[in-house]
Amino acid sequence: MSTASASNEPRRRGKAPAGERVADWADGRLGIYSLAKANMRKIFPDHWSFMLGEVCMYSFIIIILTGVYLTLFFHPSMNEVQYHGSYVPLQGQMMSEAFNSTLHISFEVRGGLLIRQIHHWAALIFLAGMFVHMMRVFFTGAFRKPREVNWLFGFLLFVLGMFTGFTGYSLPDDLLSGTGVRFMEGAILSVPIVGTYLSFFLFGGEFPGGDFVARFYSIHILLLPGIMLGLMVAHLILVFYHKHTQYAGPGKTNNNVVGMPLLPVYMAKAGGFFFLVFGVIAVVAAIAQINPIWAIGPYRPDQVSTGAQPDWYMGFSEGLIRVMPGWEINFWGHTLVLGVFIPLMIFPLVLVAIAVYPFIESWVTGDKREHHILDRPRNAPTRTAFGVAWMTWYFVLLIGGGNDLFATHFSLSINAITWFVRIAFFVAPVLAFIITKRICLGLQRRDKEKVLHGRESGIIKRLPHGEFIEVHEPLSQEQLHTLTAHEQYSPLELGPTVDENGVERKIKAPQKLRAKLSKAYYGEHNQVPKPTVEEYKEITSGHGHH
Amino acid sequence: MKKLSERRRHPLAAIVVLLFALAATGGLYTAFAPADKAQADSTAQSLAIEEGKKLYEVGCASCHGTGGKGSSDGPSLVGVGAAAVDFQVGTGRMPASTSQQAQVEKKKNIYSQAQIDQLAAYIASLGAGPAKPTKDEYSPEGADAAKGGELFRTNCSQCHNFTGKGGALTDGKFAPSLEGVDPKHIYEAMQTGPQNMPSFPDTTLTSQNKQDIIAYLKAVDGDETTNPGGLELGGLGPVSEGLFAWIFGLGALIAVAVWVAARTAKAKKS
Amino acid sequence: MSSQDIPEEKLPAGRDQEHGAAGAMAVADEENPFADPGLPPHEHRRQDVDEKAAKHSERTVALLFTLSMLATIGFIASYVAISPDKSIYVFPVGHTSALNFALGLTLGVALFAIGAGAVHWARTLMSDVEIADERHPIEAPPETRSKVLADFKQGAKESALGRRKLIRNTMFGALTLVPLSGVMLLRDLGPLPHTKLRHTAWAKGKLLVNMNTNEPIRPSDVAVGSLTFAKPEGLEEHDEEFQTEIAKAALMIVRLQPENIKDKKELDWSHEGIVAYSKICTHVGCPISLYEQQTHHVLCPCHQSTFDLSDGARVIFGPAGHALPQLRIGVSEDGYLEALGDFAEPVGPAFWERG
Repeated sequence: MSTASASNEPRRRGKAPAGERVADWADGRLGIYSLAKANMRKIFPDHWSFMLGEVCMYSFIIIILTGVYLTLFFHPSMNEVQYHGSYVPLQGQMMSEAFNSTLHISFEVRGGLLIRQIHHWAALIFLAGMFVHMMRVFFTGAFRKPREVNWLFGFLLFVLGMFTGFTGYSLPDDLLSGTGVRFMEGAILSVPIVGTYLSFFLFGGEFPGGDFVARFYSIHILLLPGIMLGLMVAHLILVFYHKHTQYAGPGKTNNNVVGMPLLPVYMAKAGGFFFLVFGVIAVVAAIAQINPIWAIGPYRPDQVSTGAQPDWYMGFSEGLIRVMPGWEINFWGHTLVLGVFIPLMIFPLVLVAIAVYPFIESWVTGDKREHHILDRPRNAPTRTAFGVAWMTWYFVLLIGGGNDLFATHFSLSINAITWFVRIAFFVAPVLAFIITKRICLGLQRRDKEKVLHGRESGIIKRLPHGEFIEVHEPLSQEQLHTLTAHEQYSPLELGPTVDENGVERKIKAPQKLRAKLSKAYYGEHNQVPKPTVEEYKEITSGHGHH
Repeated sequence: MKKLSERRRHPLAAIVVLLFALAATGGLYTAFAPADKAQADSTAQSLAIEEGKKLYEVGCASCHGTGGKGSSDGPSLVGVGAAAVDFQVGTGRMPASTSQQAQVEKKKNIYSQAQIDQLAAYIASLGAGPAKPTKDEYSPEGADAAKGGELFRTNCSQCHNFTGKGGALTDGKFAPSLEGVDPKHIYEAMQTGPQNMPSFPDTTLTSQNKQDIIAYLKAVDGDETTNPGGLELGGLGPVSEGLFAWIFGLGALIAVAVWVAARTAKAKKS
Repeated sequence: MSSQDIPEEKLPAGRDQEHGAAGAMAVADEENPFADPGLPPHEHRRQDVDEKAAKHSERTVALLFTLSMLATIGFIASYVAISPDKSIYVFPVGHTSALNFALGLTLGVALFAIGAGAVHWARTLMSDVEIADERHPIEAPPETRSKVLADFKQGAKESALGRRKLIRNTMFGALTLVPLSGVMLLRDLGPLPHTKLRHTAWAKGKLLVNMNTNEPIRPSDVAVGSLTFAKPEGLEEHDEEFQTEIAKAALMIVRLQPENIKDKKELDWSHEGIVAYSKICTHVGCPISLYEQQTHHVLCPCHQSTFDLSDGARVIFGPAGHALPQLRIGVSEDGYLEALGDFAEPVGPAFWERG
């Protein structure tokens, strides 16, 4: 840390400490002092939810480290070989070299199994972390200007992470992942006009052929992670550039950021957190088995197991495909495989629905200002309700993806669950939206009560005339400020429909839609007006508590 | 074609069995196997049949009808064989409490093995069916677990999961878990095809094949099975792994994050 | 840090918020009780005022770092000492690999202890004074904006791109065409489909061979209620094309009572009630084979498409779009089940050219 010491003494050649001299050398070539000036004492606010992104970044680094190790032993080849390794219940079986080398990593390479399990667990946690991080950003409104681009970068990382996961999961060429690849082939075949060609190009001929493992390998270890690494660096640069958002509170404004400096506190906390994340994942890999391909067996297109599911992040697409009715249209010698193609098209729509939301909201509000203070979810009821509706949609599909296991573990009929998901796909998000909005408005009302009448102290007082009242403690100014710091928009006004000369003004349809949405967001019954100073004074200047 | 001479099974035996099966009305528990032992006749045998008949009339006849002819509440038992009785009664599935369930599940067996043998002798006397396997037949000793694994994945895992953890069927029915099931019962289930399970008679899956499958199950789903990676998580694949990653993986990391970001205790308050 | 250092509230929407003046702990601001009182004063931690507590924290951090060192030594020792095939029983994990368990735990502890030490150090011994850093607008000031736009216009003008249309158009043409080479290069990723998806390894006279025993099947081998899987004669597991061929040719054979077969074509194509259906689901190609012998339903374990084998294998539930293809079978001169031709329609998932 000697490079960090900023000395006021004039520099004298040869006299400065070695660290400073190295730093001087580097500054002369790289300009590190200017970089450090802006960033070394960069302030980061402290909140656990701000560390979710770090969980993702660190698990990504762990995945890269362990992945490189695995490439040293993995053979991405589909040549059939006979197994002669140490796992008895597979000895003498035919399998691809990919499967064989994965068994080798698991049973013969010391620590190979641990690294494989860390790699896979970290991948599941990476995706789960991105999901939660994305939801945190969503529900606190951290995606607003100036962070819309970073929201998109993050979203792309999530989508690419899904496909990186899927290609990696397919590499061992085991019976479970092979079933997933077969599904992928069927999905590609359903694409009108070009589906058959795409499938033949992807698999180098008919399924399964002898090519897909090698092709998925280069996609999994080079193409997708390369793009993701670039996006992640860009994501981080923007986080530094924008400075972190913060929750409302005393001393925290839209024009400052309150917290601890990068050096030393966040160096230690964030650096330490990397080791904590790695440590937790290593312990998970020590105690919990993941993807035991030896128990699953090598892939053969005529074999299958019940409970054939993809990893969790692909589960919603599995749900889509499971609950879709089997529609198929035949005409003029062609087949339109809607039963597969429609889910294939809804799959990106589910994701895009959440990705485009920030742009819809900024269009409705027309707000061009920068926002650095986070919203409490209750103070943006429509946004929160939309987010919960989307999550409900997603989780309903996850249930659909695991319908067979839900059936056996809760003694239900698989057909009944499928029908439930078919209906819930349309109904559940609407219900979730309505309920969430009501809850948010209720919480807003409670906040208002609290500001105006104080906190319920739990102390019951008897007044001289015999009435019992509960004593309300007034809030401190910190609390009053925090609870009233949020902004409230007024619904958009379209203005008079006739101009001053009595001529009808043409209002374009998008403007009308915008006004309607704006009313739905900020209209009379869609947000609770926050207490005003006048209201507060009127009440407090009166008889005090009531 | 040339391999024909090597086939151990005499083709005529199976044809006899087939004719019996076709004769059985609504034979839901029909199954096929060599009918060699079922016909043995001795005083001990007829005594067992006599005892079995008594047990049958008390415990089974109300649903399966007198003489095993079947009724609206239970299928005919003519020709199901001793193996089916040994499986159904031995695993406690029979006698069933009601015929209205989607599926009759295993429960505590209320008969002694001697009584089951008597019942089996009686049912076997009604019509030829698969006999109870001998210990040599179902014991996994010396069988090829790897071959058994391949056979299991071809014939069984589609319902019972890779390592026999069970799975869902239509309308609330399910394939049960094979964990801890007596090898004899596994053998008998393959032979007789209880309830909705198809049968795998020796013509489809030889006795040796069945032994291999039992050896495989012992290796991957037995009491001593090692899961090198740690907790098996039910052996259910990505769904339970995903839940574990969310709850324990991400859960632990969020707990750690809360600690990292929390304020340190202040001097005044401590 | 006093609240005077906090920049003034500038939120445009702060309608009822006057500029926040300095605030005390209670509601001291008579004008605006909701105003920002500013950062609360810093409170000292125990470690800040009590050197004994600080010393204790220091020892804790050092202990954690030492623990990490010991765990790493444990990792190396485990790596050297434990054989990869050694199994141990650990509660509640069960029987597990001793090596994986030991390596994972020691590595986990070694890493976690470093992290815990660093964080404890930061939380108890590094300064916890909150600092406010000012933000600056992301947008450039207007003069920068106009300078950049002017520079761009100047550059664009000097390039004469707008004036010399011929250059512009041909350049766009060249740039549009050049990626086509890359697209062309992808052509040899695979052969064209032709009619490959329409044909399988089945042909007239090919015997049905039992997947388990590798023997041809006699009709008498197939009992009512049993389930048999078959492959075409001559297709062996060691063949180079085995995987690709079995992906289309896999067959499931069941026997129904002929009077239970509702579909006339199914009955015609069967042999004494023995029917042979493709094992490959018509939805997305999973090997469908969850045969319920009482209901004659087959369920796909992947997406729960359900087919009724007693009624032409039509779809009765789930996402599959059409019935399972049936293979027409008969008996050869030697008395074995044989195919009377290839499948009449493509097996497996539907595709555009299927028709």
